[in-house]
Amino acid sequence: MRWTLLFSILVFSNISAYQLHVADQPNDDGTRLKIKWEPLPPSELAAIDPEMYNLERSFEGTDSFVVVSQISRKDTTFTFIDGGLTAGRQYYYRLDYIDSLIAWQSPLAGPATPEENWYNIARTNVLIGIIVVGLIVAVFIYRGRRGKSLYLRPIAGLTAVDEAIGRATEMGKPILYSSGRGGMQRPATMASMNILGSVSEKVASYGTPLIFPNNDPVVTAVAQEVVKEGYTKAGHPDSYKPENIYFVTDSQFGYAAAVDGIMMRERPATNLFFGTFEAESLILAETGNSIGAIQIAGTDSSIQMAFFMVACDYVLIGEELFAASGYLSQDLQVIGSLKGSDLSKIIIIAILLLGVILALFAQGWFVELFVTV
Amino acid sequence: MAMLIQFFVPSKLSRTVYNQITDWAQIIYAFALIVGVFSLLKYQAEKLSRLQSGWIYNLITIVSLVVMAILGFAGGRGDDSPFMWAFNHIQAPMQASVFSLLAFFVASAAYRGFTARNTEAVLLLISAVFIMFGIASIGNAIPVFSNIANWILMNPSMTARRGIFIGIGLGTIATALRVILGVERTYLGKE
Repeated sequence: MRWTLLFSILVFSNISAYQLHVADQPNDDGTRLKIKWEPLPPSELAAIDPEMYNLERSFEGTDSFVVVSQISRKDTTFTFIDGGLTAGRQYYYRLDYIDSLIAWQSPLAGPATPEENWYNIARTNVLIGIIVVGLIVAVFIYRGRRGKSLYLRPIAGLTAVDEAIGRATEMGKPILYSSGRGGMQRPATMASMNILGSVSEKVASYGTPLIFPNNDPVVTAVAQEVVKEGYTKAGHPDSYKPENIYFVTDSQFGYAAAVDGIMMRERPATNLFFGTFEAESLILAETGNSIGAIQIAGTDSSIQMAFFMVACDYVLIGEELFAASGYLSQDLQVIGSLKGSDLSKIIIIAILLLGVILALFAQGWFVELFVTV
Repeated sequence: MAMLIQFFVPSKLSRTVYNQITDWAQIIYAFALIVGVFSLLKYQAEKLSRLQSGWIYNLITIVSLVVMAILGFAGGRGDDSPFMWAFNHIQAPMQASVFSLLAFFVASAAYRGFTARNTEAVLLLISAVFIMFGIASIGNAIPVFSNIANWILMNPSMTARRGIFIGIGLGTIATALRVILGVERTYLGKE
């Protein structure tokens, strides 16, 4: 039986109807090709139905082939992306199966040449979204620059910042500030530094100590500058103490333990947590709660936001963290950008409603417009 | 800005520029770490010299830092080195202990958060009961619990989270634009 099968394969392999396709992987740096195959096994191997096949690559189609991957017959993607190739060079591919009795090879696929792309077409929808939102925000920044009066709704967590600083001043205790574990490249950390600027100006005018243990040395350097500027703006540059803004460790739970220890020893009246937080959020907030400190938090992590909500007095939700600097500084340009964000949000809500209505009428094309890769 | 360009331009040049910038960020971080360690030593040494309350912790911090540095420089960081022994047998268990505290903090926070003070708190309590039982192995055995838990997580909870995500995304774009346009320069220590 097997000898008959081998004979038929040797005779018919060159006219196999099995098809393998290879093409350039779009939207990449010219190092990848996409190989597609038909369902396995090919008709010639239907009787033995092998588990695995070799996907092989060659430069000329006649020279030695190298195995680039093992393909399972159960693979339902029927696709493999071969990476690490050279842009502009030709490649051939084939599938093969060899055992002690049978040798089968698919017809050659190719040549195909990986091409370098200078624009990712699949991300055009994201680009349009950024341009639209960016333009709206820029227009409102311009309006703010021209001094147009813009209303900003009260945000409880930010209104409470003044109250929290006042409380610490009355009690004669320090304020503890933390920007979490984010590096300076994170927008939440930038927003945190902007809030720190306003907070430091206020604590400087009240003469209340501000303690800021840090877990990123770059953030430490930035925070020292921000606080120094805040003290200078408040007219108390001499009161600035750089030793109160210091690096502790870049270890996550080492940082949590250090800040907990500072809270237990220094007993701050107010804890401000603004930035990117991870699992340490609840450890910090619960310890702060246990010492009776008034706590205000804001983070860009929705999971940690839930922890802060049960342990803190006030929490900035979602974009309120990014609105805080404008709210506290009352800078018209910054407030203008917030109005731009609000208008963008209204547009997004309208698009969502339109998408829901169209989806109800089985018009999936609208949702497809917003799919990202 | 480099990240933004690299997101839309997949070419080798943009990737190379992006990698160069991230490499420079690593180099800056490494040098900033040296400054950070000296800042920490200075802070701890000043507190120790004044023998303020908790001075023993300042002493332990300084001694630990110096000892780990000596172990690292003298014996390397191989699997059998004294440095790795100290890391695996002292630092890692301490970190695990702090992480373990989270379980108790979750319990105390849940007790406070789920107190049925008003209608919203009652809804939160009911949701929490279904989700906790639905996810725990005992509740998973009862299909109604896991079905309700999944429905809560995939519908009202996911809806709220996506709303927050949209807000955070818009806030991020606005913040980035303020930084790029030079409207917001507080993070640079400027007005």
